[in-house]
Amino acid sequence: MHAPAVTTTGRDLRLDLFRGIALWLIFLDHIPSNLVAWATIRNYGFSDATEIFVFVSGYTAAFVYGKEMRERGFIVAGAHILRRAWQIYVAHVFLFAIYLAEISYVATSFENPLYAEEMNILDFLKQPDVTIIQALLLKFKPANMDVLPLYIILLLLFPPILWLLQLRSTLALGASVLLYVLTWEFNWNMPSYPSGHWYFNPFAWQLLFVFGAWCALGGAQRLSRVLQSPLTLSLAAAYLLFAFVISLTWYLPGMSQHVPRWLEEVIYPIDKANLDVLRFAHFLALAVVTVRFVPREWPLLKSWWAWPPIVCGQHSLEIFCLGVFLSFAAHFAMMEVSGAFWMQALVSALGIVVMVAVAGLLTWYKRAERSSGSRPRKTPDADLAGGEA
Amino acid sequence: MKTPMAARLAAVLLPLLSGPALAEERQPCEVPGYLLFASNELKHVAEAVAQHRRLTIAVVGTGSSMLAGPDGPPSAYPARLEVALRKRLPSVAVRVVPVVRRGMTAENLAQGMAKLLVDEKPDLVIWQTGTLDAIRRIEPDDFRTALEEGVETLHGGGADVILMNMQYSPRTETMVALGPYADTMRVVAQQYEIPLFDRLSIMRHWSDTGEFDLYAAGKDNVLAHRVHDCIGRAMATMIIDAAHLRPSELKAGQ
Repeated sequence: MHAPAVTTTGRDLRLDLFRGIALWLIFLDHIPSNLVAWATIRNYGFSDATEIFVFVSGYTAAFVYGKEMRERGFIVAGAHILRRAWQIYVAHVFLFAIYLAEISYVATSFENPLYAEEMNILDFLKQPDVTIIQALLLKFKPANMDVLPLYIILLLLFPPILWLLQLRSTLALGASVLLYVLTWEFNWNMPSYPSGHWYFNPFAWQLLFVFGAWCALGGAQRLSRVLQSPLTLSLAAAYLLFAFVISLTWYLPGMSQHVPRWLEEVIYPIDKANLDVLRFAHFLALAVVTVRFVPREWPLLKSWWAWPPIVCGQHSLEIFCLGVFLSFAAHFAMMEVSGAFWMQALVSALGIVVMVAVAGLLTWYKRAERSSGSRPRKTPDADLAGGEA
Repeated sequence: MKTPMAARLAAVLLPLLSGPALAEERQPCEVPGYLLFASNELKHVAEAVAQHRRLTIAVVGTGSSMLAGPDGPPSAYPARLEVALRKRLPSVAVRVVPVVRRGMTAENLAQGMAKLLVDEKPDLVIWQTGTLDAIRRIEPDDFRTALEEGVETLHGGGADVILMNMQYSPRTETMVALGPYADTMRVVAQQYEIPLFDRLSIMRHWSDTGEFDLYAAGKDNVLAHRVHDCIGRAMATMIIDAAHLRPSELKAGQ
């Protein structure tokens, strides 16, 4: 076999690598009762794969559409961003259809008297007229289907943010921080159906997306001196260790006695919905350590070893949706065949193999399309394998 | 590092390695200590038993604290808890009163706590909740507020509290996000220094070890009855431990 088919357009392959890994972790975390998911980062600190996914998505969106906005203007780039938001919306509706299929199957096949109460999940099927419309309005979001609506809102708001980032990047980042602070101060969020709010509050999570975009547009270079400093590295390492120790107390009840009460009062609850500062800081610390030990020109990035996650990261939307679908399928297989550990390991491994295979296929499609020449590329990067936002 | 990962892996792998001999010696539906024993104490229970030889427990809960059918009530875990406690504390007059109603959120249940204190004068309230809140995706902050109000009312009325979280239900697991609600219950339990009966982890442990096939579909009452019996017995163990009751001394009938 020849060299790995990785698109390199001056793009930082580490982004694709870590987004690909994040997609794997999201898949593993979405398979219920999966012992393999104990290996994922959410069990060893405050933040999880969602932070990586949102940050990298912000970074790549700015990288791709920022270039386009400079070359072809606000209107064209804005239109492409909105088209991307539409694609994600369609993907979300597709996943909702799969969810409906799964839940309807469970409704008819499952009458264990032990779980009479759990069957209340079917209540929403009694009013399909309301529920399906609420789902299309992104207000009704079944479990594990919260990330794409967040992504849609972030992209809808992205054109003016990107414009401001290119004009006055510090001002744009400051506005984002301000919105985050005000959101915490005044409890802003978007309403959900039938009650409550968005599980990923877009007014809070925008901070990570905009921060990613800011880094892509020169922020990372400006931060490079801070990032190189040994003090930053040791602070980050110390914080990661602290988060690790705290996360151990979640699983070892005996250990939680050793956490001082005042500390518990300060850190809990760690609010995922509103991107808790502890989570954000944990992601930053992870990023600092990662950037230090995985340099941009790391030879392994171009080797066969790194190809599977990178190729997944380069088709993030398709692979994310596939991952959600595969987690449903894995759960189905565990219900119908066996829920034993060997089965969990098998479906976890198979799922990742399928994700890599499909991502490889998508790369092949895009190359075949391009080489046929039937469709001249007007937007050089926006949809390329390597340029997907 | 001994985490549940390690513990759960061990639970799965050890029976495989040790073969059938060890498996036979195992007590039915055993619960490992780390899932059952908390540092928080049940002072009112200890007092009621020591001074009055009497123990009144109210179980406040919803659909998963009851079983349907004519033999449902005596097979559900509140009744099994009563049986287990009477057996292990023969010199104590144990009464377990189920106050369970379908379709109640934590907030609905919290509102009934003041009346419960007057009606039943319990020494201990086992509060099972969270399932419906998770299904309806109640705002976790509101869920937490409801828990805090309920626990404060009960503490104010001189009752101990044990929180009981959701059932482990592998078939519906992808459809309900229990995580935030289970976490909230753990946090509230820590905050008020009350024991948490982690039904979610305990049932998951039984599923992992092959004790019960919780994936099973169909109208199998036997499974439901056995699971409730095990929950009742595990709860009895937790109460006896957390109130520092010594069954042997009590049996001697001082």
